[in-house]
Amino acid sequence: MEFKIGDKIATREGFGKTLVELGADHDFVVMDADLAEATKTCYFGKAYPNRFFDCGIAEGNMVGIAAGLAAAGKTVVASSFAMFAAGRAFEQIRNSVAYPHLNVKICATHAGITVGEDGATHQCLEDIALMRSIPGMTVINPSDAVEAAAALQYAIETDGPFYIRFGRYAVPVLHDQATYAFQPGKGETLQEGSDLTIVASGMMVKAAMDAAATLSAEKGISVRVINIHTVKPLDSEIIAEAAAETGAIVVAEEHNIIGGLGSAVAECVAETCPCPVIRVGVQDVFGRSGKVPPLLEAYGLTAEAIVEKAEAALRLKKA
Amino acid sequence: MDSAKLTQLKHEAAMIRLGILDGTHAAASGHPGGSLSIADIMSYLYFAEMKVDPANPKWEERDRFVLSKGHAAPALYATLARKGFFPFESLVTLRRVDSVLQGHPDMKYIPGVDMSTGSLGQGISAAVGMALAAKIDGKDYRTYTIVGDGETEEGQVWEALMFAARHDLDNLCVVIDYNGLQIDGPIAEIVNPAPYEGKLSSFGFHVITIDAHDLEEIEAAFNEAKTIKGKPTAIVAKSVKGKGVSFMENQVKWHGSAPNDAQYEQAVAEIRAQM
Repeated sequence: MEFKIGDKIATREGFGKTLVELGADHDFVVMDADLAEATKTCYFGKAYPNRFFDCGIAEGNMVGIAAGLAAAGKTVVASSFAMFAAGRAFEQIRNSVAYPHLNVKICATHAGITVGEDGATHQCLEDIALMRSIPGMTVINPSDAVEAAAALQYAIETDGPFYIRFGRYAVPVLHDQATYAFQPGKGETLQEGSDLTIVASGMMVKAAMDAAATLSAEKGISVRVINIHTVKPLDSEIIAEAAAETGAIVVAEEHNIIGGLGSAVAECVAETCPCPVIRVGVQDVFGRSGKVPPLLEAYGLTAEAIVEKAEAALRLKKA
Repeated sequence: MDSAKLTQLKHEAAMIRLGILDGTHAAASGHPGGSLSIADIMSYLYFAEMKVDPANPKWEERDRFVLSKGHAAPALYATLARKGFFPFESLVTLRRVDSVLQGHPDMKYIPGVDMSTGSLGQGISAAVGMALAAKIDGKDYRTYTIVGDGETEEGQVWEALMFAARHDLDNLCVVIDYNGLQIDGPIAEIVNPAPYEGKLSSFGFHVITIDAHDLEEIEAAFNEAKTIKGKPTAIVAKSVKGKGVSFMENQVKWHGSAPNDAQYEQAVAEIRAQM
């Protein structure tokens, strides 16, 4: 499917459409747990009904069946909301998929606060923390539909367990589909800079770009912006380099500040080239119901919040 | 069953029991009770029922076996060793830090283990996945799984059963090792998942109840399962926990404790006397 720069499209939509395209020449099975219309696996289900299985509202069993299919040689995409995939089925993912290192791709949609009106029970802000703590698990958080499509293809073509995080909310396409090449495990420098680095993931990449523009235009600050799609394994080289060369880092993500990309970057910086690291994310609280823009305001997931933290990081750097 | 076959299967079951004792005694830990309760079914599965090739453990056409009650690993390892997947002598390395014989089955490193299990309720889902894979690929291998009776307290077991029946997985055979005891006591006193027949039947399974230690009944059940089309089969196998060792039989404490030297000697002597 064609995605044009600037078009607003949810990464779950990119996931769903790409599943159908890949289905034509890749032999894999797709499973869902009664959320196919929402996760967008419904497109694949319609196109390839013989390779699509709805397990009903039983996510643990879905992951277990996916593991059995994979043990018998199939490549499996298993999808649900992040809360019920990474959350409810955590232990099945850990023991039945990751421990035997099986070829199951957990494709979780509706991650983060941008679930919106459904509220806290459905707003998973812990999935990256959970998934990156599992040995051998690759964790990818795409920033737009182009990256989502490419990450999905990479996962399907690569042996082993994957967790890929998709969002419900429409976000702008940032990458040129015609020239985009997914580099697994590599951070992407979207903009060079020398005073400070903003590291971002998922839907916060656009906010990071906007924050960098504001910092440059209004304060004359030279900001490096790095997009991390592969949260695990983390591109520690690009992070250490940013720490050494800019001396201050802000990390922005739609996740609890505990355990996600912010933690991963802080761990890396502490062990390679210590410098101030400030985390922009949900401040260890639950979400709530609401439209997405006011939710992002309320939880500090905006370009303005990043600007504020960037200035704080610069003050720490100088102190 | 002719007498030669019966003699052989009884012999293998006894050897499996000796292997269980060797492993748990050497490790000074492990689960002998629920391993001994499935020894006869394991003997029948691997020496009369399943197509497997010890020289080619990953043979694509092989029948699959998932030990959903993964803590009975000593029984699986002893069976695989008798079948020739690895030396019987290696059973004494059970649970040792330098051994592949993990406390619970590990498919990555142990030849012949089709699925890593141990967290209860999960293996049966994997078995359902394997049976589904056979249907998708048009292959005629069958999938067998043994679920503990205590394990049926896990809701995931019933999720898996529902899916298997919905997808008409007649290539799947679920055995429930109904020995009536779990770690904390008799299953009837914990949350009482039994009786099974009506539940399994209403979940869409063909249900057969047998004596888990009668090889002729075991044979009849597995043969009947193969004739059932359009639905999966569940075998409710009424067993004795610790079967074959007098002081372990029907004793909760032998769920998860190993025999000491004196107990091992006595247990081995009892099994040998039955051979």
